[in-house]
Amino acid sequence: MTSAVSFQKASRHFGSVRAVDAVDLDIAPGEFFAMLGPSGSGKTTCLRLIAGFEQPTSGSISIFGERAEGVPPYRRNVNTVFQDYALFPHLNVLDNVAYGLMVKGIGKAERHKAAEEALSLVRLPGYGARRPGQLSGGQRQRVALARALVNQPKVLLLDEPLGALDLKLRENMQEELKSLQKALGITFVFVTHDQGEALSMADRVAVFNDGKIMQIGTPEDIYQRPKTRFVADFVGSSNVLPPDFVQRYSGQHRWGSLRPESIRVGRAASGEGVSARLVSTNYLGATTKLALDADGLRLHAIVPAGTALPAEGEAVVLTFNREHLHLMDEPA
Amino acid sequence: MSLDAAMVRATAPAILPGSGGLRGALSDLFWRKPKVLLLLMLLPPVLWLGIVYIGSLFALLAQSFFSIDEFSGLINREFTLKTYGDLFQAANLDIILRTVTMAALVTLASAVIAFPIAYYAARYARGRWKALFYLGIMLPLWSSYLVKIYAWKLILAKEGILTWLLAKLHLLWVLDTWLSLPVVGGNSLSVSFTGTFIVFVYVWLPFMILPVQAALERVPGNLVEASSDLGASPGQTFRNVLFPLALPGIVAGSIFTFSLTLGDYIIPQIIGTSRLFIGQAVYSQQGTAGNIPLAAAFTVVPIVIMGFYLWGAKRMGAFDAL
Repeated sequence: MTSAVSFQKASRHFGSVRAVDAVDLDIAPGEFFAMLGPSGSGKTTCLRLIAGFEQPTSGSISIFGERAEGVPPYRRNVNTVFQDYALFPHLNVLDNVAYGLMVKGIGKAERHKAAEEALSLVRLPGYGARRPGQLSGGQRQRVALARALVNQPKVLLLDEPLGALDLKLRENMQEELKSLQKALGITFVFVTHDQGEALSMADRVAVFNDGKIMQIGTPEDIYQRPKTRFVADFVGSSNVLPPDFVQRYSGQHRWGSLRPESIRVGRAASGEGVSARLVSTNYLGATTKLALDADGLRLHAIVPAGTALPAEGEAVVLTFNREHLHLMDEPA
Repeated sequence: MSLDAAMVRATAPAILPGSGGLRGALSDLFWRKPKVLLLLMLLPPVLWLGIVYIGSLFALLAQSFFSIDEFSGLINREFTLKTYGDLFQAANLDIILRTVTMAALVTLASAVIAFPIAYYAARYARGRWKALFYLGIMLPLWSSYLVKIYAWKLILAKEGILTWLLAKLHLLWVLDTWLSLPVVGGNSLSVSFTGTFIVFVYVWLPFMILPVQAALERVPGNLVEASSDLGASPGQTFRNVLFPLALPGIVAGSIFTFSLTLGDYIIPQIIGTSRLFIGQAVYSQQGTAGNIPLAAAFTVVPIVIMGFYLWGAKRMGAFDAL
């Protein structure tokens, strides 16, 4: 089966800055694919390479099997939902949504009907006459989505589309985007720096750092079995354990990772385990996050709220199940 | 150390005493009643604007309702519309029509020339190139208007560099053909309406470039990308996104180019034919002819035209950008 989007050793260098560096990537048709990484990691540049706003300096990119280098954005059947929506301020909502159809030369009645349908799809029916300036952030986001979807793109690109929304709205939109993607069957490529968002929405996640993909896999893969220290640390802020520490518990001299929720905290002298000192506690509502100091190694543990906790500064003993200690591929 | 700081904090008063004296009292007064300060600051410029500027404008308007005694040459200070009757004679209407046509053409040409320059400056020029752009646009504005016009007279003259250049390029026939045309032609560019037009466009161009550049600078770059992403070719993006969003800037610039051309009397006098423009008519009526009322009536014409122009511009949203 041809990939929806395929990168072969694709690079985009800006002078000496390697924004995207020899990236290989295959996104399957109908997939919800997330590109996750810190800012400046190259994920947005990758998205812009698919949209056609950037051209690769080397390597090749194909979209549904067709070579895309040198093809301008307006000849790609790919649409983008921009980070700050990029709605046209001089057009009303209906004309914004109908814009793609208008430039294709589709008649006014027909394109307005299609735009109305797209607005219903994003649950904004009857908002056509308003100006973008009269809408809230969440509504603008939906209009931007409708404006992209009305063209029935082969691939929909979303550049941190939920970044500007407040928490509650963001959670609603995450669910909506996911069900919309399921219903339409369009390939979604979603850029985010929020690991929770990537894990909860995507079928597969690519973790970016320094213009390279560190790991591609299902959310579970990425979260449970990080390959490198960077992935372990960036996705879910896992405890990265040095090889000497890992050797004591697994017998292998390799880097390891241990999820904060896998660590149990007990009072000192309550049995064997890693002796540590409780540095501080952070109340997070459903859980409490503990910062611990195990002989110079800084660890984090997350315990359910309501757990009886020792006081800050007290000595504690840490235990965990051996199978939760994940050994990483990265050489020691 | 930190103990000392705590001691100081403990003994310091929560409210500081007034600084005393007239200055302290005034500062407190202005803070409590900010409108007093505003009034004091605005009074001188408002008096200037109200009396000297608007006042003289009304004096001018009043003059246009007086008439001149044709035998004695004295001004008859009684209300009459006779002067406006004179204004609408065929010869004077000719002058008005000529000036308005020239102003419209100059505005159109300025907009066409200014747009790419402004677009480059707003979208691509950065750092040093942007500074160079501003310098290039502003530099002509810092040099004397008269010197520039006389320089153009030399450039456009029959013996001038333009004719010389076209001769070298074997393109003199193009110039000769153009000059042989009625109305726009003449003996040389420096004594034709074409020459007047070229110099007008040159002199007023910066006033068009700057507002268009300001308008384009406010168009977020991702709107152009969004348009392209949605399938619009560069031409379609220009028509549907860039031009509508730059229009307020173009209209704002056209207010300058149009009104400055309407009122100018030096350029057509130095470069052009002997046929008059409004500014020249005002100049000769109030000077040699001594007909102040008719001069005043002529002056009212650009004011009225600009009034309509601004009204139309406002409806197009030209001032939303200000």
